[in-house]
Amino acid sequence: MLLKTLATFLSAALLATAASSALAGEVVVSAAASLTNAFKDAAQSYEAQYPGSKVSLNFAASGVLLQQIVKGAPVDVFASADQETMDAAQKQGLVLAADRHDFVGNSLVLIVPHDSKLDIKRLDDLAQKNVTRVAIANPASVPVGRYSEGALKKVNLWDSVQPKAISTQNVRQSLDYVARGEVDAGFVYGTDAAIVKDKVKVVLEIPLDTPVTYPIATIKGSANAAEAKRFVSYLQTAQAQAILAKYGFKKP
Amino acid sequence: MDIAWTALALSLKVAAWATALNLLLGIGTGYLLARARFPGRDLLDALLTLPMVMPPTVLGYYLLVLLGRRGTLGIWLQEHFGINLIFTWQGAVIASTVVAFPLVFKPARAAFEAVDGQLEQAARVLGISEMGIFFRVTLPLAWRGILAGVLLGFVRALGEFGATLMVAGSIPGKTQTLSVAVYEAVQAGQDDAANMLVLITSAVCIVVLLAAGRLAPGRIVHK
Repeated sequence: MLLKTLATFLSAALLATAASSALAGEVVVSAAASLTNAFKDAAQSYEAQYPGSKVSLNFAASGVLLQQIVKGAPVDVFASADQETMDAAQKQGLVLAADRHDFVGNSLVLIVPHDSKLDIKRLDDLAQKNVTRVAIANPASVPVGRYSEGALKKVNLWDSVQPKAISTQNVRQSLDYVARGEVDAGFVYGTDAAIVKDKVKVVLEIPLDTPVTYPIATIKGSANAAEAKRFVSYLQTAQAQAILAKYGFKKP
Repeated sequence: MDIAWTALALSLKVAAWATALNLLLGIGTGYLLARARFPGRDLLDALLTLPMVMPPTVLGYYLLVLLGRRGTLGIWLQEHFGINLIFTWQGAVIASTVVAFPLVFKPARAAFEAVDGQLEQAARVLGISEMGIFFRVTLPLAWRGILAGVLLGFVRALGEFGATLMVAGSIPGKTQTLSVAVYEAVQAGQDDAANMLVLITSAVCIVVLLAAGRLAPGRIVHK
């Protein structure tokens, strides 16, 4: 009796999975962690505009997303937070180069917890003795980590700040550590800081030699190429751009 | 390859400390729950087993909120002892201890329950103190069962990932354990480093599991 119930349950569960994976018009979008809130919003309005369509969003650090695609993850669209990661994807023939374009821009900021008592106003201040922990995303896989490393190296501060670095997996983890007050300061994008305005304070917008721009492209051999293209071009529309701007993303 | 050996050394250190703590805690609570009768005993048992069924991320979140700079316990430790556990290897020890605890506690309780009460009674009749009975009769009889649990707890602590990453972060040489180093290497696409790390981890775990197998209660021939 119990076995029979179990068998019924299992086959029902299997059928449900099979049915959902066969859903037509589903686009899998791998997007940089910093796009989380904006893309959830944009995907909703896309689904509203094209009834029957479904956008599945997969967020992580751009480098992590690239590794997933390299290993054969069934992704249709890739949006990276830097050119370097997309360049790597293009070089390995993973994306359709003809489709690639920059769709938003962002800024790199230094943030502190809202109740911070430390005097942090400039990058030099991070070298102070009483600053003990600075959240910096891992430069090996996270674009914001590379931007931060570059900014610190440019003013010869990397060697003095690096020992204080709390290496994070993506920009949102840095944001979370600062918001919880576990670190004294952190490097995130302007759009991230804006999400938890009540918990973090932006003390500095860091000027960069190469501005932060986000490229997007469809994946070569995507099973839903037409849908993927439609989603990418939707992001160019005034409606989608307005949503992205609402979260603080700039024109590329 | 330096990173691999540093990570292995750190993992072993963290797992050893976590196991030492769990040895004491597991024996203490295991004995208590095997012998003492008190209201809420089943509830306590369930609570102590919770880390085994709960996702490590949930445990990591609890620990982060509790031990962090703004956590109740974190503030208290900071004020009274100047201790801060987040982003330190000691924090990784706490995370591993909590996650591996049920694996030590459960077998310990079962082992104590399996000890023949008549033997303890005989010792009591012979005039041995309660303390003496515990250390000279009960503990030696339960030891194999406890040790098998301790070894499983050690391997679990060695492989701990989720809670550790949340509490201790991933600082190379300081808090980057083997499992975290594997994660970082894979994420960065450094497959060579990842291959090396997973081979080391697998080898260490196999050795410990073989040792645990030899000590399992089933191997005791005469009872």
